[in-house]
Amino acid sequence: MSSERVVRHFQEALGELKERLLTMGGLAEQRVSQAITGLVNGDADLIERVISGDEPLNQLHMEIDNRAFTLLALHQPMAIDLRAIVAALKINSDLERVGDLAVNIAQAGRRYLRHPPVKPLVDIPRMGDIAQRMLHNALDAFVGRDTLLAQRVLEEDDVLDELKTTVFRDLLSYMLEDRATVEPSLDLILISRHLERIGDHATNIAEDVIFMVSARDVRHAGGASSAS
Amino acid sequence: MDLDLLARESALIPGQAPHPDVAPPPPPRLPSLSGAVVRLTEEPKSQDTPVKISVERLDFYYGEKRALEAISLAIPANRVTAFIGPSGCGKSTFLRTLNRLNDTIPGTRVEGRVEIDGADVYAPGTDVVDLRRRVGMVFQKSNPFPKSIFENAAYGIRVNGLARSRSELHARVEESLKAAALWDEVKDRLHESALALSGGQQQRLCIARALAVQPEILLMDEPASALDPIATQRIEELIYELKRRYTIVIVTHNMQQAARVSDFTAFFWLGRLIEYDRTERIFTAPAQTLTEDYVTGRFG
Repeated sequence: MSSERVVRHFQEALGELKERLLTMGGLAEQRVSQAITGLVNGDADLIERVISGDEPLNQLHMEIDNRAFTLLALHQPMAIDLRAIVAALKINSDLERVGDLAVNIAQAGRRYLRHPPVKPLVDIPRMGDIAQRMLHNALDAFVGRDTLLAQRVLEEDDVLDELKTTVFRDLLSYMLEDRATVEPSLDLILISRHLERIGDHATNIAEDVIFMVSARDVRHAGGASSAS
Repeated sequence: MDLDLLARESALIPGQAPHPDVAPPPPPRLPSLSGAVVRLTEEPKSQDTPVKISVERLDFYYGEKRALEAISLAIPANRVTAFIGPSGCGKSTFLRTLNRLNDTIPGTRVEGRVEIDGADVYAPGTDVVDLRRRVGMVFQKSNPFPKSIFENAAYGIRVNGLARSRSELHARVEESLKAAALWDEVKDRLHESALALSGGQQQRLCIARALAVQPEILLMDEPASALDPIATQRIEELIYELKRRYTIVIVTHNMQQAARVSDFTAFFWLGRLIEYDRTERIFTAPAQTLTEDYVTGRFG
């Protein structure tokens, strides 16, 4: 007698929800990547595409919320299923914000590219890599129900914060030296803040994954404490 | 044991004795409807699915008492439609009007139309025997015959002359037991008594019995109420699969079951149809306050 067969159609629907969420995650990652690449390469077209291409992500955002909501209403899920759906709702929200932040980065990038470059971009692309990796790992942790991977995401957040401070101090010295660099430098500082926010959203996702898998609420723990 | 008497108590052949639960229960004490406006929401459009059963302004009377008032709805083919509502709201009575099972109760009267595939089943001259073969029924309390598992599934086939040979009979029995997700559990003991089966298995046997005569529509009156949660889940999953081949109408007092298993839900109250819509809408954003009060558990 197989009981796996019995709840099959709900599990299928739950699987589809997760799949759509991963699609959204991939899309959000891609848009961040494109925004940074556009900035670093001075690719104005790529930047325009990021600015105007928000619609698919927004559609997914609404679709995923609707699916999760319907599953809750129709199937009264319990335990891990309930936590998974609630986690999906929250992750959906974080991913939509990441998409918005990618647009914000592109908009700042567009302004930046109107000026001669302030300096070779080193730390900002580094921040971009870290933020994208955190996002990617958080989503992998969701798929694999991997609390250890989620925990590593939480730990990377500090590096991102430090880099943000470094970028600020660095650009401050340029601004003090030459007033013409103030406007573009401010845009770079904004971009570094957007990237740091993306890292925050990645840590939110990681915290939601930990809650989903282990039912532990590790938010506001005041830093990366090791998972038990 | 008189098999024919027992058969009469199920929906296989006419002239049957009414099921003891069939008499209308006393009306419940519910908030009064005075002054409330009751509007039907737009019925589900049959864009992708044709209408199988079309009910138009149906009134039903037990003697002088009107138990159903002006019911109109369209039940789509190959979908699961659930009837929900508090005790005594008329949902089981309405279910039974769909295969004229109420005919067997003395003093009942129907006004209005019930059409299946466009043909009015209350038209004079309707073959009620065939109607009840085409529109099968499964009850809350499973009632297998006190015979073997095989005999239970075979009876309807034999009585309706649906098999021309022993091998065809065996094939149809196997088919119906498979369709009811029971075959694997009973294939090596087909000639054992049906009464030795568990509650959930007996219910699936009753479903197999109904399916054996190749119905188009399956009516189910609280099919899982007497079963434990695991057995209930299996019946629900079975229903989900059966809709591919049959049109299913299920009465349930368990709202969560209606939410899990049905595509469309009709909410009945005091003999009236209050709201009928896609199940998703009924349970996330119903149009009528009364419906919302019921599904949120504020009364009933």
